[in-house]
Amino acid sequence: MIIDLPRFVAAERVYWDELDAALAKLEAEPERRMPVEEIERLHYLYERCSSDLSRLDTFATEPHLRTFLESLVSRAYSVIHETRAPGRIRWKSAALAFPRAFRRHLGAFRLAVAITLLGCAFGWFALHVDPRNKAILMPFPGLQEPPSERVAQEESARQDRLKGVKASFAAQLMTHNTQVTILALALGVTFGVGTLILLFYNGVILGAVATDYIVGGQGVFLAGWLLPHGSIEIPAILLGGQAGFILAGALIGWGDRTPRVVRLRAVAADLVAIVSGAGVLLIWAGTVEAFVSQYHQPVIPYGLKIAFGLCELVVLSFFLGWVGRE
Amino acid sequence: MSSQRATSLTIETPEGVEFSFELASPVTRSLAWMVDVAAIGVLTKAAGKACELLGHMSQDWATAIAVILYFAVSIGYGIALEWRWHGQTLGKRVMGLRVVDAQGLRLQLSQVVLRNLLRLVDMLPLVYLVGGVASFCSRNCQRLGDLAAGTIVARERSAHAPNLEQMAPAKYNSLLAWPHLAARLRSLANPQSVSIAVRAVSRRDGYEPLARIELFRELAEYFQSLVEFPEAAREGLTDEQYVRSVLRVIYGGRPG
Repeated sequence: MIIDLPRFVAAERVYWDELDAALAKLEAEPERRMPVEEIERLHYLYERCSSDLSRLDTFATEPHLRTFLESLVSRAYSVIHETRAPGRIRWKSAALAFPRAFRRHLGAFRLAVAITLLGCAFGWFALHVDPRNKAILMPFPGLQEPPSERVAQEESARQDRLKGVKASFAAQLMTHNTQVTILALALGVTFGVGTLILLFYNGVILGAVATDYIVGGQGVFLAGWLLPHGSIEIPAILLGGQAGFILAGALIGWGDRTPRVVRLRAVAADLVAIVSGAGVLLIWAGTVEAFVSQYHQPVIPYGLKIAFGLCELVVLSFFLGWVGRE
Repeated sequence: MSSQRATSLTIETPEGVEFSFELASPVTRSLAWMVDVAAIGVLTKAAGKACELLGHMSQDWATAIAVILYFAVSIGYGIALEWRWHGQTLGKRVMGLRVVDAQGLRLQLSQVVLRNLLRLVDMLPLVYLVGGVASFCSRNCQRLGDLAAGTIVARERSAHAPNLEQMAPAKYNSLLAWPHLAARLRSLANPQSVSIAVRAVSRRDGYEPLARIELFRELAEYFQSLVEFPEAAREGLTDEQYVRSVLRVIYGGRPG
């Protein structure tokens, strides 16, 4: 036994209490700018408590005090050695962080687009080879009937079939699509395999639906139906896929010798920015799908719907490609 | 940074000091999760009731708000509470757990969001099977969300300095009248046994009276077997008082 514990505690407790109070203040206001003297004092207290903890290592029989000092030193360590900015939400910078994060990882987005297009091609091929595959590729009751029949029904409808359920339909679309987007990100943890399967499957359905309507001579209806919400919804899900591939890339670390934990730390903020941005886009897409996309000619002319969808696509492309450039 | 599997995570600071986090076991985490599930259930139920009232004005909008609230609560509960309460949800608070950065640094919002969003995979195919298997296999008991976010779930540490005076009051200690025997006791006492004695003293009021008498009798016998003090030193001391005197000796007390 090297130290007289009660005397040690009595002598040092004043410094522990001072450090505890300083940390509590910092934790309550993480963005507060500290004067130089205060920083120097904090550093001194941290070093003093660290030294106390080292001295206590020789006194293995006192677990409580060691736990207390470890707690104090770890709190001070997390404040002093943290180099990332405090994570306070600033809406303006959060809005700019989204397109910036998107542009930083364009390769992952291109991959998500390529996988989806590959799925589309597969959907087209499968339907082209045997139209009976429709039942397997598009297991949704609304898509089973021939496109021309559906178009005729929609265009001759005299009643609003979504009357009284538009808002709840929009809410279901928003939450479902947001869940798919989050899943596309989360499946990145399977080294990207899950994200790849999800995007490919989405592509297959999209490709099969497009083939079915185009071959059935209903290309304009398809564009008028899908573009108003799809020009936002599809990119949003692709953004989820992009986030999934970024996560997978950080996990695999091709050609990157930095430790995995450092790679993941480097992309964490970008992943959150991209998925949050995609979530906001899906709120818009869900609203448009329920309130605009389901109304066809003569209620809303196809030309207007297509122009609206293309405008959205241009605005989204401008936002992601140019906003926040430095 | 080094680690021992599923027990603690030790971090060495650039100053050469080590501190460790006691890792939460998957069982404790499951219990915390059950509390959280109950809390989410209560919140969604309350939101549903509030929306029922709105239904008198518009059933469509009431359903829409209920759907969005259910989604927001189930996804946002963990994010909001872990961010607001510095790594704790209600369940983690009850179970004395906390999410911390795996490198001992400040927990970031992006880490909190990421670990909660990846819950979607950890929960697959049901009741956290993927997350459970991952945390059993992981060196630091991390589910996939923790691995991706660089976080661990640790047991809360005591934030208050222990009261040594309560454990071993600085009053006259008859054992210190024999300094050579006291020195011998210090050198022979086994740290684990002393640790048990400290815990026994600090938790004395929580024991059943008979169990307490038995525990202190065994501890006193152990310490007496190490060094036999003269009868005069032990005169009038109960077993518990004897153990307290021993702790005072071990913690470096001086003759009163």
